Amino acid sequence: MIDSPRHSSATDLAPGDRQSQSASIATYTVGLGFALLLTAASFIVSQAHLLWEPGVAVGLAVLAIAQMGVHLVFFLHLNSGPDNTNNVLALAFGILIVTLVVSGSLWIMANLNGNMIPHSVLMEMQR
Amino acid sequence: MSSSIASDYIGVPTPLAAFGGDGPAPVRIVVGYGFWIFLLSDIIMFSALFAAYAVLSGQTDGGPTGHSLFELKHVAIETLCLLFSSYTCGLGSLFIERRRLKPFFVLFAATFALGAIFLSLEFSEFAGMLAQGAGPSRSAFLSSFFSLVGLHGAHVTVGLLWLAFMMAQVAARGPREFVLRRILCFSLFWHALDIIWVAVMSLVYLMGARI
Repeated sequence: MIDSPRHSSATDLAPGDRQSQSASIATYTVGLGFALLLTAASFIVSQAHLLWEPGVAVGLAVLAIAQMGVHLVFFLHLNSGPDNTNNVLALAFGILIVTLVVSGSLWIMANLNGNMIPHSVLMEMQR
Repeated sequence: MSSSIASDYIGVPTPLAAFGGDGPAPVRIVVGYGFWIFLLSDIIMFSALFAAYAVLSGQTDGGPTGHSLFELKHVAIETLCLLFSSYTCGLGSLFIERRRLKPFFVLFAATFALGAIFLSLEFSEFAGMLAQGAGPSRSAFLSSFFSLVGLHGAHVTVGLLWLAFMMAQVAARGPREFVLRRILCFSLFWHALDIIWVAVMSLVYLMGARI
């Protein structure tokens, strides 16, 4: 019997589709629990003096990235399976561009700021 | 036979179907993938505004700072609204795929209500800031704040309209294939908005309230 695998629905997944239908309510609930924990942790880190002051930004960034990961895995059902390769590759490209835009802007603007002639000196020069 | 995908490709260890070597994919996958690409480009657009906010957040021009403007209690309620609406949206799309209309309508109505509470909180926050003279024209910080948070709010508004439209379509046309594809796209959109909100909450509000 020829059971062609190429037309079975299990060989590719649309983004947001899940592998098995049975476990998915549990998946969403676990994801909600993780997201609530991480949100609570973000608020606590930003308000209570738990972390060394300059480290708070890093702590918040780590918690935010972790929560985005939780959303991607538990709500959007992205995983490392072969049927998800295209979705994950597109996401990886998106993350690359976002990283370039954000870190590049911050880097360039900080550099410009550092090289700027102070306002008072500029006024002197224009006299 | 069907247990091993690569069995008819001797010497090829990976399932070729995963790499698109098998002709046209089902419509649901093509539509979902195309919408996924759109969402990623939307996130890239947001990243430009995030970069602008990160650069300009200190440029208050002697005006109000985030510390004096942001109320974290409001932000916490907004965050919970969006998070739970993502949850109800996910469960609702689960039920519509099993053709169970009643729980779908209940869960999507809950999603709509939570999204509407989020929007009304955001509007009252914006109105309060405008009343204090802290509008988008006050400083570079506030310009970038209103464009970033306002764009997210505009997305939520569009999402609510789309959600209401999808509920009407299910009521009128039933859970047909093309309706289910649109609901898949909508739930992707709604989850993506929640992901963007996580970044807004952390960068704009939690960091901004400290300055």
